[in-house]
Amino acid sequence: MSTDAQRWVAGHIASLPKSGIRDFFELVAKMKGQDVISLGVGEPDFVTPWHVREAAIYALERGKTYYTSNLGMIELRREISTYVEQHFGVAYRPEDQVIVTVGVSEALDLAFRAFCNPGDKVMFHQPCYVSYHPSISLVHGAGIAVPTFAQDNFALTAAALRAAWQPGAKILMLNLPCNPTGGTCTRGQLEEIAAFCREKDLLVLSDEIYSELTFEGTHTSIASLPGMAERTIFLHGFSKAFAMTGWRIGYACGPAPLIDAMMKVHQYAMMCASIIAQEGALEALKHGWDNVVRMREQYHRRRDLIVRRLNESGLACHLPRGSFYAFPDITATGLSEKDFSFGLLQQHKVAVVPGLAFGENGRGHVRACFATAYDQVIEACDRIDRFVQGLRK
Amino acid sequence: MNPVLKLLIDGGSLTTGQLAQVAGLTEAEVNQHLEQLRREGIFLGWRPVLDLSREAAAALAVRAVIEVKVTPERGGGFNRLAERIARFDEVESCYLVSGGYDLLVFVRGATLQRVASFVSEKLSTIEGVLSTSTHFMLRCYKEQGFLLGTDDSQTQRLNVAP
Repeated sequence: MSTDAQRWVAGHIASLPKSGIRDFFELVAKMKGQDVISLGVGEPDFVTPWHVREAAIYALERGKTYYTSNLGMIELRREISTYVEQHFGVAYRPEDQVIVTVGVSEALDLAFRAFCNPGDKVMFHQPCYVSYHPSISLVHGAGIAVPTFAQDNFALTAAALRAAWQPGAKILMLNLPCNPTGGTCTRGQLEEIAAFCREKDLLVLSDEIYSELTFEGTHTSIASLPGMAERTIFLHGFSKAFAMTGWRIGYACGPAPLIDAMMKVHQYAMMCASIIAQEGALEALKHGWDNVVRMREQYHRRRDLIVRRLNESGLACHLPRGSFYAFPDITATGLSEKDFSFGLLQQHKVAVVPGLAFGENGRGHVRACFATAYDQVIEACDRIDRFVQGLRK
Repeated sequence: MNPVLKLLIDGGSLTTGQLAQVAGLTEAEVNQHLEQLRREGIFLGWRPVLDLSREAAAALAVRAVIEVKVTPERGGGFNRLAERIARFDEVESCYLVSGGYDLLVFVRGATLQRVASFVSEKLSTIEGVLSTSTHFMLRCYKEQGFLLGTDDSQTQRLNVAP
């Protein structure tokens, strides 16, 4: 009998590649204590505002240590419903159209498990967040990557969608503004995408976690467009805008039968999101908006700074309209994104993430997160400049 | 709004070189903006924020806040007296306030005796000062926006994350 433990691992897990970020993470971890400036993070550098932390501490003091409703505390769902209506222009009933989840990641997993049969085709734009394609594979779905391009500021276009579409496609996964590109769509572009979705009868999963960090114009949710709320699951959370990554708290809104299907998975797999995180989220929605605006202003200035500096160094960088990521093209250096990232880390101690970690269409780019203090951004830009100028010699 | 003023209000502790980079200006332009703000009386100057409980920073470590009741003057109101008090070197800040007293005066000195003698010999003997109530500061927990002791920014955040 074989003694190889690997034989117990399910086939589709064994063949699932590890995140491309993993190797790089290990390498950076080894350089601890060496004055590394990391632009490799995917989270705000702000600590969760104190009033939110204090509310969670108070909840613990009052003995709030029990399960909540599977859907999440009704007070929180009411606040979410109000927030989404005010900021995104879509009304959801807190009783049966909102579910509170363990981060958007869980909401996404619930959606794929609830809506994707084995073999179902899921379209997603790429470069994209590292877990979209693997999440589709986990439910035995078939992913269809739709490319986005620097010349479009990495906005998804209906033309690219149509070109990639295959018969039987069922779901379209959106993440606007996008991690890692900062790309997002104008209302006009979204209307074309929405028309395509109605034409092809696609269900839309719209991860709008970076929506509050939109710097130019206003964010439009595809769910707010005519005829779209009934075919869209709106996914959102507190990690980015409210600087609450470690709390793991998010939510999904959508038509009641779809939320009910997601709830079935959630009640068996997770039961409910942590009550402490829910209490923190409730406080964030009630009193946290001023901090969101303050942090957004800071990100906006850091974005302008890093994009200007990268372009001055000869790394073509589009202006990301949202998120806290710059995604410069590094092909002018003659290096691959991997060699660029490793060289920059080893010679100048700045960590950026190779674009290939975000899919094939990330080739030739690196992701640089500007959610870090001004002096760190400036120092990192100085080092990147030295690295790039050194390559020219 | 003056772009340099906006950054100053945000409270980041940036050098003029860093201010220039963030605002997308040259350092000379930042200095011009600062000079303009200075002329307009908006920007008054730079001061370090120190943890005065540390031995090395103890030169002016005794601080007190004094509630002062005064008699407002015909014609001058509280202003003339407040300005007179504010001119003392020992006074760091001086405010006219609503409530049970009129002026709130922050003072500091090298020793308890010096601060005490300022109150008893200078402040309380000014004509128009009716009474003073002095509170010596025992321990500082937050100094002008800086938390003392615990530092939230020292986190174990991952260096690379998706």
